[in-house]
This record gives sequence, C-alpha cells and structure tokens, in this order.
Amino acid sequence: MKEVSVLVGGRAGDGINNAGAMVAQLFNHLGYYVYMYTDYPSLIRGGHNFALIRAADMPVGAYNDRIDYLVALNQETIALHLQHCPDCTVVANADQVKSLPSGQTVSVNAIIKEESAPPITGNSAMIGAFAKSAGISWEIVGEVFRRHMPKAADENSRVARRAYDQVQTTRPVPSIPGPTHSLLPGNEAIGLGLVTGGLSAYIAYPMTPSSTLLHFLAGNAERLGIKVIHPENEIAVILMGLGSATAGAKTAVGTSGGGFCLMTEGVSFAGMAEIPIVIVVSQRTGPSTGLPTYTGQADLQFVLHAGQGEFPRFVVAPADPGEAYLWSAAAIRLSWKYQIPAFVLADKTLSEGTYSVNYDQLVELPASDPVPWDGEGTYQRYRDLPEGISPLAFPGRKNAIVKVNSYAHDEDGITTEEAEMVARMADKRRRKEEKLSEELRRYPCVNVRGSADAATALLCWGSVRNACDEVAARLGLRVIQPVVLSPFPKEQFSEACRGVQHLIAVEENATGQLAALAREHGLGTEATILKYDGRPFTPDELVRRVQEVIAP
Amino acid sequence: MTRNLITSTQNTWCPGCGNFALQHTLKDILAGLEKEGRSLDDVVLVTGIGCHAKIADYLAINSVYTLHGRTIPVATGIKLANPQLTVICCAGDGDAYAEGLDHLIFAAKRNIDLTMIVHNNRVYGLTTGQYTPTSPLGFKGKSTPTGTTEYPFNPLELMLAGGATYIARGYTKKMPQLAQLIRQGITHKGFAFIDVLQICASFFNMTDYYQSRVYDLNGHDIADFEKACAKAREWDYNRDTPIALGVFYERALPTFDDRYPARDLPPDERSRRIRDLFEAAK
Repeated sequence: MKEVSVLVGGRAGDGINNAGAMVAQLFNHLGYYVYMYTDYPSLIRGGHNFALIRAADMPVGAYNDRIDYLVALNQETIALHLQHCPDCTVVANADQVKSLPSGQTVSVNAIIKEESAPPITGNSAMIGAFAKSAGISWEIVGEVFRRHMPKAADENSRVARRAYDQVQTTRPVPSIPGPTHSLLPGNEAIGLGLVTGGLSAYIAYPMTPSSTLLHFLAGNAERLGIKVIHPENEIAVILMGLGSATAGAKTAVGTSGGGFCLMTEGVSFAGMAEIPIVIVVSQRTGPSTGLPTYTGQADLQFVLHAGQGEFPRFVVAPADPGEAYLWSAAAIRLSWKYQIPAFVLADKTLSEGTYSVNYDQLVELPASDPVPWDGEGTYQRYRDLPEGISPLAFPGRKNAIVKVNSYAHDEDGITTEEAEMVARMADKRRRKEEKLSEELRRYPCVNVRGSADAATALLCWGSVRNACDEVAARLGLRVIQPVVLSPFPKEQFSEACRGVQHLIAVEENATGQLAALAREHGLGTEATILKYDGRPFTPDELVRRVQEVIAP
Repeated sequence: MTRNLITSTQNTWCPGCGNFALQHTLKDILAGLEKEGRSLDDVVLVTGIGCHAKIADYLAINSVYTLHGRTIPVATGIKLANPQLTVICCAGDGDAYAEGLDHLIFAAKRNIDLTMIVHNNRVYGLTTGQYTPTSPLGFKGKSTPTGTTEYPFNPLELMLAGGATYIARGYTKKMPQLAQLIRQGITHKGFAFIDVLQICASFFNMTDYYQSRVYDLNGHDIADFEKACAKAREWDYNRDTPIALGVFYERALPTFDDRYPARDLPPDERSRRIRDLFEAAK
C-alpha cells in the first residue's frame, strides 16, 4: 500500500480542523483515498489540537503510527510530536516555532502583512508551504482553494501562494491515477442518509460528538427541506420527536451517551405506543461525562437494552460514511414500516472523522414502505393484524380517531389492564420483530471482508472495522462485521462464521460487548482485543496485538 | 356529522372529582367548535399521566396519552409537524409543575400555539396523596407526614415571567366562566395557559376554602403586564387572601410554529440536492 500521513498541529481555536480538511482535499485531488481524524480536548481555546490526515492508494479509515509530514502552527506541536516521527518533513510557522532541529519555516505574519490580509488567512500560508514541500502542483492547490475555502478564496489563495514560493520541495508526493472522491465526515453522511430516507424534522440538543450532525442539518435545513429544532434538553428532544412522528413527520433525534440516558423513557414510550423514531447515538468515552471529545464503543449493550419493558428495536452500527448514508436511510424506512425506535449507533471516530466516499458506488438497500390506513371502516390505531403492523393514520385524517397511548391499550388505543389484551398486544409487538427479522434477510446485515475463507477472523463492529480491514489484509485474516445488531442477524452471522476456528473480538470497550452479544446467540469468541483509552486502534498497534493473540 | 364525544370506556374518577367538570366543559367546547364548522378530526388532545389524563380515554377525539410531565414536548412536536391541528394539552399539577416544569417554561418562552390546561388539585391523586409544587406550606401528605417544609410556587407568576401570551385561572365549580376561559385560550394564537383550580375529593377537598375566596376579575386591563403581575401575586397559593379568576394577561406575538415554515421538497429535487452536496465535497 502506498500511503502518506500528515499531522497538522496548533492551539485550539487555530482552525486546525479546517486546515486539516484542506490538506485532505489536496490528497483527494492527487488521486488518493483519504481519512482525517481530529484530536482535540474539550476546550474552545488553549490546549493542543491536531488533525491527522492519512492518504493511501486504497480506502483507509484509520490513522497509523507513522507520520511523514509535520505541519506545526506552534512550538508545542514540535515538542509533542517530533519525537514520534524523527524522520518526518517539517513545515513550521516561524513566528511561533523558535526551536526547530530541521525543516522549513515561513513567517505567517510577514506574509499576511505583505498581502494586507486578515490574520484568519494565516493557515492558508501553512497549507501553501506544506503543498510545496510535498511537491503538489500549484494548479491543484489553486483548485482546492477555489472549491473548498469557504470564504475569501482569492485572498487565501494569494497568501498560500506567497508561502508556496518561499519553500523548497523536499519530499514529493506523487499523484496517482484515480478519481476525486467526496470527502465526508460520518455525521454528514448520517444526515444525508436520513434525508434520503424521507426525514422531515431533526431534533437535538448539542452533545459532542453528535453536535456536528445538528450543525450540518441546521445549516442545510432550507436546502434539504427539513425542520431542525434544538429544544431545552434531551427529554424534550425525544418527546418532541415522538409528537412530530405521531403527526406523520419522519423524525430523527441525535445525541451521545449522556443525553441518551435522558431519552430512555421516550424510547420505551416509542416501543409501547408504536411510534417510529430514529435515534442517532454517537458514542464517546464514558462512563458519565467521561472524555467528551474522544471515542469509545461502550454503549452497545446500553442501546440494545435501554428503556423499561420489552419491545422490538432496530440497531445499526455503520463503519464508514458509505454505510452510514445507506443505513441511516434504511433506519428511517424500517422504523416507519415497523413503527419502532431505530438506532444509528456511531462513535466519535466515525462521526467526526472524514473519509473518501464514492457516491456512484453506493448500493442502495432494499426499499421498505409504511403501511397506510385504507380509510375503510372504523380506524383502530393498534389494529391486531397477523404481521403485527397496524395501518397508520395521523391526526387530521378524515373520519379517523387516532388514539396513541403509553399505557397498555386495546386495539382502539384505550387503556386496558385486562390480562388477555395485555398479553395479546405484547404478542403483536413481538410479531413485528419476527417480521422485521425476516425482511432483514434481504439486507447485508453482516459483512465478511478480508480473506473470506481464513480460519482466523476478527469480529468487530462500527468504525473499528476500518483498522481491522488493514490488519486482515496484512495478516491474511477474515473480518466479520455485523452491521445490524438488533434484531440480531443470527443466520447471516452463523454463515459469516462458517469455517472459522479462531474468532477474535476487537472492540473499543473494556468488556467485549459484541463478544457478549455473539455468545448470547451461541457463538463464542476465543479472545478479545480491547482498547478503552479514548483513542481508536491504529492498524500498526492492532497488528501487534493480534499477533500476540494468534502467536503459537 | 356530529359525533358522540364520550367513549364507552368506564369512568373511574372518584365521585365529586373536579375532572368531571373539565371533561364536560371540554366536551361542550368541542361540540361548539364542530357546530361552527371546525372538523374535530383536526383536534388533538395531549395528556400526561395522572388522574386528569384519563380524559384521553373518555373523550372520543384524537389523543396522545403521553408520559408524566411530557405533554408539552409531544404537543410541540405535533404542532410543528402539522400546524393546521388544534392542539390541547391536559396536564396535572404534579405533571406540569414538577416533572415537566422545564417544558412548561419553554413552551411559554417559545409561544408555541397550544392550549395548556392544568388540572390543579394541588395534590397527587393517582399515587394516593402526596404534596405537589402548589400544595400549601405544611401540607401533610403520605411523603410529608409532618407537613411540607417548602412554599408552593405561583404558576401564574411563573408563566408571566416565562413569556406566556395568554394566562388565565379558572375553577371547576364556575363552569360557564371556565368554558369561556378555555374557549378563549383555544382561540388565542400562541401559548395559552389556564390554571384550573379543582378539588381532589379523596385527598385534598378544598371546596369550602375556594367557595368563600374566589372572585371574578372585572375591569382588569389584560394588556397591562405590570397589572397582571400585581394581580397574579395577590394570592400566592399559600396565604389566605381572595383568589381572582379570569384572564390575567393576553398579548399577540408571533408564534414558534409560524417561524418554522413548511419546507417540504419534491423527492427528486431533494435527491438532486443531496447529490449536489456529495459533489461539492469533491
């Protein structure tokens, strides 16, 4: 694999994320697949931020231990990172970095003064300097500025050009043949998927790492034809979402673990009252406030079980923006067909990471439509039909009295405590789950990647799959990734495990939550490789840990 | 076609419960709306959990029997999804003032076009007698056998501070006035709040107390915020003073739902725009 990694570091508030995104686009336009991860503390200003951009000639979704270029906006970047990449090519801001063993510097202050440009354009100088050091043609740099600099592209481009002209090419990056891709953060892919699924309203309270989904949809609400609402807390978020869905609007809500704690009464309400809703949960390191801006996979069992009582739910955990886009659309459609809560379970790595996506290669999942009331006879919101799905009508529909109820209820939606009816309606809800499981047989619920016939397999879910893919390619292993986690795709999972002699679970939690789920369905894992320090697995690290496990 | 507005569900309120008065008042108002040509298919009743909420089972109209304290967010979602609907919330005092207080204040702040009727019997009935946020100081309930050690708060004052654009207080034993207050609240465009004093026949029977203290607000300028505040403070739900009934305050302001214009796009236009966003990310 041909690959290049760049670390852009500076203070929080320096616009590291945007600078990183520009570097990512430079590689995109050179023909590379790109992945970008941003590491930042839960601060607005001060503290150290960095963006890691990894470009390769094959799809990547993880950063690695090796750094080839260090773009230092401040001295701290040198102090923290240079020791880990002593051979890397350094480009630094001369105004901030006073001590530099080797590398090139440009004076950002001098450049913006010469251009009479505002200080905010300063990062463009560093991008220009990096581009020249990597031998990227000005044609590509100019194109990336024109397309991706949100404001004052010309001014920024001039600042970049001055720095570009002051630096020598020391480590050229060759361009490779290949198309440019869409570079999409996971949260934006989720948002676009929800809209594709028919979203009318998105409701959320800010919480990292789900907030950028709120920001993206709010910023594009008019363009995409949706309403975006930010209420007083997550209890209001989910209840407002359920109200909206009750009136017929396809609605999604989003949060992270702490906010989801507050939503659980609403999840159970959705289960009992059979209200469709999509809940995006983007995990961060817990428990409690934990590490707000770092990743984790410790909420799988929580999401699988949240809410009192028993009711069907759909849970999907995409690994990359392509899956996030397709399955978020499916989550809306399935939640409406089966009138159940549906979860899109992401994490900081996926939500805030940026990946190359080829829109034209995304294979649409099967269509699935809600069952409308035909207008015949007396409307019963909870009509007990063989498949368990009651036809939908919404308040405002002529000649329908729509009664939605959180209590145990009869077919009309009137409260009941009558034993037979209580059990009958519980059976009706169970039948919906059976029907959903049956429908999901047509969906790719479990991905098998890597060497499909290898006897040793890595079992993983969510964003960790990207690191597993690389490890499997290097070591000749199979990767088994259940995308759907509820209802558990037992048959597809057994099929995926056929011929596996060593099943190793790789998860970013301390207890092996997917391993426990697999065990529940009769498939034990031989070992677990776990990480729970808030940082994603790097492929290099994971190779070492897998080798420790499979060593004879 | 006029419909029978009462379902066949067996009514389980205690004899003498104030909820009967509210149920019949609402039934008459709904019948009146229908007579005026308004389709009751476009009305939604949203209730919390508590004795009051059984009204969802008893009235034959669209209803959402939600969770304790959560009428307002559910009703807000309904109204935003379909602004053509008339949305009426019935909540209890434990419901609206304890479990769901934050939502109540935010509904006032947003001026969402809903009618909020609080069945305020100043005690938890369904859980058999505990104090609520409007029980008087020293109230002896099952959770406070030696008497509460906190003052009640004044919901009218709270709603004035919160920004509600219609604030009224009624009493279940003054049904014609109560009907007028609720009707006016439904007609009001914006957040209409009606605190309804009612007795709990089993756990807090205040009939004699209310009968001798209530009076009608006459000649009160409902457009004057300062006067509304002064009138609202006259009885603080604790002191022994006269209790005014009527509209305390009303003003016209843009509503939350008005500020969220419908944005639906044809599906293929939507798909085109999604594709454009993918393209712009190249």
